[in-house]
Amino acid sequence: MAEMKILTKYIDNPKSTELEFYESVHGYDGLKKALAMKPDDIIAEVKKSGLRGRGGAGFPTGLKWSFIPKDIPKPKYIICNADEGEPGTFKDRKLIENLPHQIIEGMIIGARAINSNKGFFYIRGEFQKGAKTMQKAIDEAYAKGYLGKNILDSGFDFDLILYEGAGAYICGEETALINSIEGRRGHPRLKPPFPAVSGLYRSPTVVNNVETFSAIPHIIDKGADWYSKIGTEKSPGTRLFSVSGNVKRPGVYEIELGTPLLELVNDLCGGITDDKPLKAVIPGGSSVPILTAEECKTANMDFESMAAHKTMLGSGAVIVLAEGADIVETTYRFARFYAHESCGQCTPCREGTHWVRDILSKIRDGEGTTQDIDLILSLSRNMEGGTTICPLSDACVGAVRPAIQKFRSEFDARLKVKPEPVVELRRRKEDKISESVVAEGQKTP
Amino acid sequence: MSYKFSDTSEKRFQKMLEVFPDKRSLILPCLYILQRENGFVDQEGMNYIADRLGDPISLAQIYGVATFYTLYNKKPVGKYHIQICGTSSCYLQGNDRIEKHLCDRLGIHLGQTTPDQKFTLEEVECLGACGYAPMVQINDDFYEQLTPETVDQILESLN
Repeated sequence: MAEMKILTKYIDNPKSTELEFYESVHGYDGLKKALAMKPDDIIAEVKKSGLRGRGGAGFPTGLKWSFIPKDIPKPKYIICNADEGEPGTFKDRKLIENLPHQIIEGMIIGARAINSNKGFFYIRGEFQKGAKTMQKAIDEAYAKGYLGKNILDSGFDFDLILYEGAGAYICGEETALINSIEGRRGHPRLKPPFPAVSGLYRSPTVVNNVETFSAIPHIIDKGADWYSKIGTEKSPGTRLFSVSGNVKRPGVYEIELGTPLLELVNDLCGGITDDKPLKAVIPGGSSVPILTAEECKTANMDFESMAAHKTMLGSGAVIVLAEGADIVETTYRFARFYAHESCGQCTPCREGTHWVRDILSKIRDGEGTTQDIDLILSLSRNMEGGTTICPLSDACVGAVRPAIQKFRSEFDARLKVKPEPVVELRRRKEDKISESVVAEGQKTP
Repeated sequence: MSYKFSDTSEKRFQKMLEVFPDKRSLILPCLYILQRENGFVDQEGMNYIADRLGDPISLAQIYGVATFYTLYNKKPVGKYHIQICGTSSCYLQGNDRIEKHLCDRLGIHLGQTTPDQKFTLEEVECLGACGYAPMVQINDDFYEQLTPETVDQILESLN
């Protein structure tokens, strides 16, 4: 199979970051078209394309834009979420470092659609190369009249500001990101109110992912009908998948949604390292439930197929584990990540993630008991399903619980006190029942 | 108060005051300026920022922000701040070997600085380079797909 390159068509060109090159390959054509359209028509076109957010939740983009109230006097803001930090995910970085103008163009079109005059590009602080590339592209776009006052004589004004995060995974959550731009700790806010109503500086705000904005110029330029024919009915378009772990050619691949998972792993990534058998795949970033090798056989890379397999496409991060990979250590490291990144606002997350990490550390070191595994499973029930402001503790549960459930024997094998075989347990239970029957019988006169 | 923004930073600061609708938004960028000029964020520098931003922003708020985000160093680090990613994807691709090699080569444990103040070595969570693991970030730059040999070459290139 081959990649279907739409967003990444020119990604490997050595001049891909330059404005002149971008214009020579129809760059900013989508913007020119959008500036001649009514804002509502832009939203309608994006809605029609069926584009779903590429950050993780998969919410329809056009619908999100349509939530922005039109008749209030407050300013409106548009934010690009480039705080990529989910373990396994590194696709946005490639777009930022190689195709900055595509993102800027998407943001200006988005701003026009919701009538916003100020936008922020929030990039994670570690991406210094990306921040420099982006700032250079923003300056070029200002100089050429794509940003600033009266863009291309359309009467529309839009300013774009680059804002650097400072090393907090939680700032990828949109309300925490908003708090961060406001100069606060990255604490997520309780929703509602949603950012569309009360976001940055308490004004209506749209937050979209880098990849989502990158798709917008193509949708406007070539039309929603063209875009919606790619992919599946409910998951149209292409998507960038970042593949890591035990594969021969890890990297970022753009493929049509609906492509079988194993085609991505075996064809594009060249199969498993050292030709070992496949053990498991985490299909959408560390927070989504793991798939066993057997489940991978029927899984396709689209929202519906992933839901049918009780997992998610998430941030598009495919983490591959070969036979022999240490699932206990891998799971422990995921839990350690979530414990480190919990913002500390909500008790189930602050306490739960650290507790899960500590128990897994104990199990990993051969000091755990069966009760420890039961404790993780019991704890996880109190860490999910709306007990916290944001889904970080749910994400920790998503990384840990399915791994324990699907690979229980490997966790059991590391325990200090080995669990009793099931047959043995059943016999003991039966013995107890018969003993109690005898006891009951003795009481009977 | 001895700390003061350099002329370039002062210009940036004045521009930011015009750009942002709320001066509170300047806290993070100001802390970055402080760190880049000073090496780390200290109380004196934070006092200066609080003073420059003025009411209603207090030192406590700036301190609260500085301690929340991991990229602000609260204590001095070596000339080269080596951060090795220890999250699962890097682990699956062999970061342990690189970590051990770095510790052996520099003669320090994770979290320590070499006696000549040249290198600080830390293990950090995901750096967003999972497909190009094992990797380290040294100051602003990423070094990816490392082997013990390339680590040696990189260390030798740093003066």
